[in-house]
Amino acid sequence: MTATTAAETTAKRRSLTAAASEYIDERTSVSVVVKEFGRKIFPDHWSFLLGEVALYSFIVILITGTFLTFFFQASQADVIYHGSWVPLKGIQMSAAMNSTLNISFDVRGGLLVRQIHHWAALLFVASIGLHMLRIFFTGAFRKPRELNWVIGFTLFVLAMAEGFTGYSLPDDLLSGNGLRIIDGLIKGIPVVGTWISFLLFGGEFPGTSIVGRLYTLHILLLPALVVAFIALHLVFVVVHKHTQYAGPGRTQQNVVGYPVLPVYAAKAGGFFFIVFGVLALMASLFTINPIWLYGPYDPSPVSAGTQPDWYIGFADGMLRLMPSHWEFVWLDHTWSLNVFIPVVILVLFLVVVAIYPFIESWVTGDKREHHILDRPRNQATRTAIGAAGVTFYAVMWAAASSDLVATHFKLTMEGVIGALQVLLILGPIIAYFITKRICIGLQKKDRSIALHGYESGRIVKLPGGEFIEVHQPLDEYERWRLVSYETYQPLMLRPDSRGRITFGRRLRAGMSRWFFEDRLEPVTKGELEAGHDHH
Amino acid sequence: MRETTHKIARRRKTGRRHPFATVALIAIGLGLTGGAYAAFNATGSTADAAASSQSDIDAGKKLFQANCASCHGLEAQGTSEAPSLIGVGAAAVDFQVGTGRMPMAMQGPQAQEKPSQFTQDQIDQLAAYVASLAPGPGIPDSKYTDGDGDAAKGAELFRVNCAMCHNVAGAGGALTEGKYAPPLHGVSPTHVYEAMVTGPQNMPVFNDKNISPEGKRDIITYLRFIQQNPSPGGFELGALGPVAEGLFIWIFGLGSIVALTVWITAKSN
Ligand code: HEC
Ligand code: HEC
Repeated sequence: MTATTAAETTAKRRSLTAAASEYIDERTSVSVVVKEFGRKIFPDHWSFLLGEVALYSFIVILITGTFLTFFFQASQADVIYHGSWVPLKGIQMSAAMNSTLNISFDVRGGLLVRQIHHWAALLFVASIGLHMLRIFFTGAFRKPRELNWVIGFTLFVLAMAEGFTGYSLPDDLLSGNGLRIIDGLIKGIPVVGTWISFLLFGGEFPGTSIVGRLYTLHILLLPALVVAFIALHLVFVVVHKHTQYAGPGRTQQNVVGYPVLPVYAAKAGGFFFIVFGVLALMASLFTINPIWLYGPYDPSPVSAGTQPDWYIGFADGMLRLMPSHWEFVWLDHTWSLNVFIPVVILVLFLVVVAIYPFIESWVTGDKREHHILDRPRNQATRTAIGAAGVTFYAVMWAAASSDLVATHFKLTMEGVIGALQVLLILGPIIAYFITKRICIGLQKKDRSIALHGYESGRIVKLPGGEFIEVHQPLDEYERWRLVSYETYQPLMLRPDSRGRITFGRRLRAGMSRWFFEDRLEPVTKGELEAGHDHH
Repeated sequence: MRETTHKIARRRKTGRRHPFATVALIAIGLGLTGGAYAAFNATGSTADAAASSQSDIDAGKKLFQANCASCHGLEAQGTSEAPSLIGVGAAAVDFQVGTGRMPMAMQGPQAQEKPSQFTQDQIDQLAAYVASLAPGPGIPDSKYTDGDGDAAKGAELFRVNCAMCHNVAGAGGALTEGKYAPPLHGVSPTHVYEAMVTGPQNMPVFNDKNISPEGKRDIITYLRFIQQNPSPGGFELGALGPVAEGLFIWIFGLGSIVALTVWITAKSN
């Protein structure tokens, strides 16, 4: 082929695409959006991709879920199983269970898709969790992003709800037991509990309507909400611009990174396929939720090792940690505190997580905008609070698997639960203090490195006979990372405009003192220069 | 009855014998089996004392006095250490000694399994001795342990009767005070049957009224099925359910994804 023809074809092709894009743009003005969005800059750091992992697992869930809806029947009508899994042949079960077994064994590729869907659901919630931890520990929730934190938190709750409703759909023994626990939780709510339970299950548990209702929630209402909140979440990310870690040339006003088009979009597109690939690999190698072993739901048998999916584990664990005899009869009603108190604790825990940004800004009195992320060590108190929260959650989570812990480590059930009950209270406190000490230790180390440089390990003998170790000075970039952060003074207790000292103000001053009492000021310019003169 | 078949097998190996000997032996064997079967039908379990010779019982008694009497007493009457074995039957001995639980090694929440210290012949002798003290559940007939029953019925019986302690997939589970129901993978069909009829330690006894011998056969069939057919979904992660799955997604799933994010962002620098 000659050069001219090649050029001609490209010219022709370009004119074609150009014509097409012109056609579309004249009718939609989409170019404005593309230009605006394409110029957005995203900084490059691995921890900024965690939210994307959540997004991509959600897309995988949507794709595989659509496939599953083609074959799933959300009905609790009785049928006899005639599929190809021998140990269930001739057994009576609900149409929901029957169709899930058919997806697993008689629909081509069905088992793979089912397993991708389930693994993706686990990854979805897990990546949201990790993403939230990243946001928390770097302080990315501060003004102006408090609302987006709340939106993200809502997504976390919605994701758990999606997971739980989906987990219950096959109507197998394991998920049936999960529903029974939920039924117990609801019935434990004083006064209205039983009434709500009957409303939800359409009569006495288990009834025949719950699977159909959960299905509507699972494929219609909840996904619509998730999509809406994701859209809102992303709009806020674009509006606020992305946060970045401190570094030379990075300020509160700019973002250093790559533009969305073409670099970031290409990377993100590739990353989607990586996530999808990892999920497909996992689903083709590892069994998940083998309902064919669990069998159809039947209220009488309860299996050992009955557990919910991991993200509901903390709630299950909290129930197990509650002493079981906290129950009394009053006014002709049984008040099951052993169920109600855990629900209250769980709700409080979640509420504190949801409103943490507001709590912190109230305590610090900081109303400025923040676009530069904190290094966790420089906010010792916040990091310690986070560690305490993680410990609290982890103990609840561990309690959900107390029976497996007992058998695998040859301990007694009672011993494991007792130890976890103590840890639930002491663990967060210990974690708080240890983390805080570690953070402050690291700050001290940073400070000495910034002032004196790294220890090079080279010992030099001075002419006078004195031995010194040569310290290698930092380069400018490194030092910037170490010294450019802010600290706060504790708020002073001051009377309000009417000259009064209210309880709220006292509390705030007290909290603020607690928040900032141990802190190291960043290295000042004067100190730095003094440090340099030293060597 | 079991002993008789052993003897037939042993004679065969010697090779030279009168052609009628085989016929006669088979006749005797069949007769004994039939008798034992009749006894089984009458009591609901094989009373195999008849099939064991006095010499087996004597050998068993010697073994017992050397290895077991310190805890169970010289006449198996029981001591403060261990229960009486009068009436527990050959099945209990075959199970307890065959799975290595007896002689018990250490005092703990429950007797541990370990490699058996005796040969099958010695176990049979011990069983014959204990069975000779008083009738009790015998060694199950091989037609109940062949694993050719109805797996679906067995699975259902298993879910209703056993899953609350042994987990639906037979992966085992915790009981109170450090006791546990062990995983059932790799347990021989005979031992499964014997566990059901004797109820070792904290396991309830499933006599023939609770679960018929055919039902027990179905359960054995089901256990054999899930053991021989690997999970259609891939590796099973210990059949431990959502806990294993949750740990897996956090450690390996999210772990590998994070490694990949680090890789992607590192390349561009
Ligand atoms: C260290 C002491 C000890 C020794 C030695 C010992 N046992 Fe036991 N055995 C026990 C105890 C204790 C139990 C009761 C276990 C339980 O129920 O928790 C028991 C239970 C049994 C049972 C079950 C009884 C039932 O009710 O089903 C059988 C059968 C048995 N032993 C047989 C034997 C035989 C045969 C030997 C010798 C090879 C032997 N034991 C050696 C301590 C011992
Ligand atoms: C109440 C709980 C419970 C139930 C129900 C139960 N088991 Fe067990 N099972 C146990 C315990 C505890 C042991 C361990 C006994 C020991 O170590 O001596 C056990 C042991 C066994 C063993 C021996 C395992 C081995 O590794 O040697 C088998 C086989 C067994 N059970 C089968 C069954 C079958 C089949 C059923 C249902 C028909 C059943 N079990 C029902 C608690 C239970």
